[in-house]
Amino acid sequence: MSALFILIGISILVAGSFLAAFLWSVSNGQYDDDYTPSVRMLFDNSTNTSQNQKNITKTTKKNAGRKISLR
Amino acid sequence: MADEKQFCCNGCKQVYLLLNENDLCSYYNLDKTPGIKAKGKFTSGRFEYLDDASLVQKLVQFSSDNQVNVTFSLPQMHCSSCVFLLENLHRIDPGITTSRVNFQRKEVFISYNPAAISLRKVVELLAFIGYEPAISLNDISNSREPDSQTKKPTKFRRKQIYRIGVAGFCFANIMMLSFPEYLSSGNVDEDLKKTFAWLNLVLSVPVLFFSSSTLFSSAWKGLRQKYVNIDAPIALAIIVTFARSYYEIISGTGAGYLDSGSGIVFFMLTGRWFQDMTYDSLSFDRDYRSYFPLGVTIINEHNKDGYTYREEKNIPVTKLRKGDRIIIRNEEMIPADSILLKGKANVDYSFVNGEHTPVEKNNGDLVYAGGKQTGTAIELQVVHEASQSYITELWNNDVFKGPKTRTESFIHPWSRYFTLSLFSIAIAAVVYWWIINPANILPALTAVLIVACPCSLLLSATFTNGNMLRILGKNKLYLKNARIIEALASVDSIVFDKTGTITQPQHSVIRHHGPELSDNEKDMLRQISSQSTHPLSKLIASQLQKTSTSDTIISDFREYTGSGLEAIVNDIPVRMGSAGFIQGINASVKTKDTATEVNVQIGSEYKGYFSISNQYRPGVREAVDSLKESGYRLHVLSGDNDSEKETLQHLFGADAHLKFRQLPIDKLEYIRKLQTGNQRVLMIGDGLNDSGALMQADTGIAVNDNNAQFTPACDAILDGNRMKDISRFLQFAKAGKKIVTASFILSILYNIVGLSFAVSASLSPLVAAILMPASSISIVLFVTVTGNLVAKRMGL
Repeated sequence: MSALFILIGISILVAGSFLAAFLWSVSNGQYDDDYTPSVRMLFDNSTNTSQNQKNITKTTKKNAGRKISLR
Repeated sequence: MADEKQFCCNGCKQVYLLLNENDLCSYYNLDKTPGIKAKGKFTSGRFEYLDDASLVQKLVQFSSDNQVNVTFSLPQMHCSSCVFLLENLHRIDPGITTSRVNFQRKEVFISYNPAAISLRKVVELLAFIGYEPAISLNDISNSREPDSQTKKPTKFRRKQIYRIGVAGFCFANIMMLSFPEYLSSGNVDEDLKKTFAWLNLVLSVPVLFFSSSTLFSSAWKGLRQKYVNIDAPIALAIIVTFARSYYEIISGTGAGYLDSGSGIVFFMLTGRWFQDMTYDSLSFDRDYRSYFPLGVTIINEHNKDGYTYREEKNIPVTKLRKGDRIIIRNEEMIPADSILLKGKANVDYSFVNGEHTPVEKNNGDLVYAGGKQTGTAIELQVVHEASQSYITELWNNDVFKGPKTRTESFIHPWSRYFTLSLFSIAIAAVVYWWIINPANILPALTAVLIVACPCSLLLSATFTNGNMLRILGKNKLYLKNARIIEALASVDSIVFDKTGTITQPQHSVIRHHGPELSDNEKDMLRQISSQSTHPLSKLIASQLQKTSTSDTIISDFREYTGSGLEAIVNDIPVRMGSAGFIQGINASVKTKDTATEVNVQIGSEYKGYFSISNQYRPGVREAVDSLKESGYRLHVLSGDNDSEKETLQHLFGADAHLKFRQLPIDKLEYIRKLQTGNQRVLMIGDGLNDSGALMQADTGIAVNDNNAQFTPACDAILDGNRMKDISRFLQFAKAGKKIVTASFILSILYNIVGLSFAVSASLSPLVAAILMPASSISIVLFVTVTGNLVAKRMGL
């Protein structure tokens, strides 16, 4: 019987990690715009662009913090 | 066209040009695009006002010494190439660090280095590549934060998604952990049972305190205003369900109804989410400030050493003062009431009164704000500031002071009857068990409240509305929110605007009446009228095709403002113009003078006249006919003259009320008058001139011909090509009410089954767990399937 307790614990943990992943994806803005990314991925990725994308996530994150302090 | 190729839009063309310019593949390795700046002939000072520091502060979202962030709305954006081009702005100008597009919202987020590029340069670059940002007075007005309309919904929506996600997670897991209890008919190990029950309890806490908080706060808000709204019985049911379940689990007497309880919350939130869908790229609450330009060119003259120096400067409209002298160029809007000082004004007042034919103004005339100059640049002196102009006065009317008051939805009275009968059943059950077996009072009472939750009532309404919103959206009628469906269904009077709504804007039909013209004569008239810049002449010139190749010699061309043209073609004197103008040389002409007729005299012979009439949208006749059949009262309000009266009367029938020369405020008053006569009015209009009427009407639909065009404040936006379907939309809205009613009856049947278990105090968690999701899901299925079937039947 004790095996069942462990398994239930694990299953809740696994389910919880999915919930965490979901919450993270929402807070990351993945649900804000559900069209543009589908187009964006069709564009050719030169090295330049991938760097550019990184910059974007960085700056938007920076801004998210800043905007609050600004207002 | 570039290299004989056709492109859907400027974006595609620019992408092609960029690729082509750089021999295709090399584009991808390029850091810069040389040549684009050399090509840039975009030198006009139109965006000079963006150099104003205080204005820049209001437009940008964030600024520091090395980074500025700004979001622009680009109405021209419409295909994936646009995304490509706009996200590669950093290659065109290295001063731009990043640009990111939100396509559905037609917005671009740009962050740039202010040391390398100014805001004005960024805007000019966007305008140059064909995406002129829509910057209007609205963006900087103090009543609204520049980003409040974009940022807050995002935050709100994210919170909604969190709530649904958490509720869904907890619901599914509680359901899973409850299965052993249901399926084993009580033969589960006691320890395991206890563990499952306590796990359920822990999992249900976020549902109660986080996910359902919106339901509680809405119910509380209603109660504080001494009003039982539809959320109140739901909140009560949730509280009772969770309280009884917690009591059972803690006391070890049972497993509770946590799965059903969290299921209700999950379905309810999903239904609301489904109903509250929005159209990101559309705005339903624009006022005149969205139409007015931000910048205007003013002239400063000062004397020095006997010379007069003239200086042109672009300033923000808000800084425009009485007495300033301004220059308005071709296609620019007059921002404030002014007096014409210099130049020939041809003012197109289509924004104000819907009439596209420009009005000629002479020096010293008063020119009202909202008009668009067509032709050469004019000089004006401001007499009223922009905010006090004639057109802006409309917005001081009370209709613009607050949101529309709507009669409450028909589901609210339903829910009140429901709650009332629910309480009587509960009391009856209590009284019954008090006599028979007092131990059963509490189980029966709580079970009644748990099982008879009006959530299926609410679910049927939210899912029907959400589904209808989507179907209508697919048919290009975009509603502001779900309540508009009901408002549409209850309409009994329909008021149409004429110009731009039932007629096609910028499309005119030109017909010649009178003696037939020979090809040679047609060519003569074409040549003369093409000499003039008068809009009617231009229309005639474009209508008459080049028919003869023989040389024509035009001499002594003269234009008489307000009357007509005169010229000698191949030695024959020709006159075109108003009846009075022709009568001056040929007294036998007996036509009335109207603004839409151009008479022709060739030599000594009167050759009839050209009539210019509006072209009606295709399908308007059929739409109007079926509206008449359905018994709607029809009205037409036009800012135009009554030259089309007969055609309209014929089209709309003898019963229709037609009114011409209506000012925006007249239209508003007309609708108010209809409403005091207890009519429910649907207003269909297009321009700024209809905005008062659209606000006043019970439902206001704005007709829009392309997405880039601004629409005034309204309840719904309709694509111009779908005007013909208007009666079908109304029918569909009415059908929606029937679908909701039918699903109400269905849900009441479920409630009767559930209640029969509840009053007998024998509601087991298993029955509740089957009944609740089953009723919710079957109702959702019923309303979506019938909604789609009805739409298919109607051809929507």
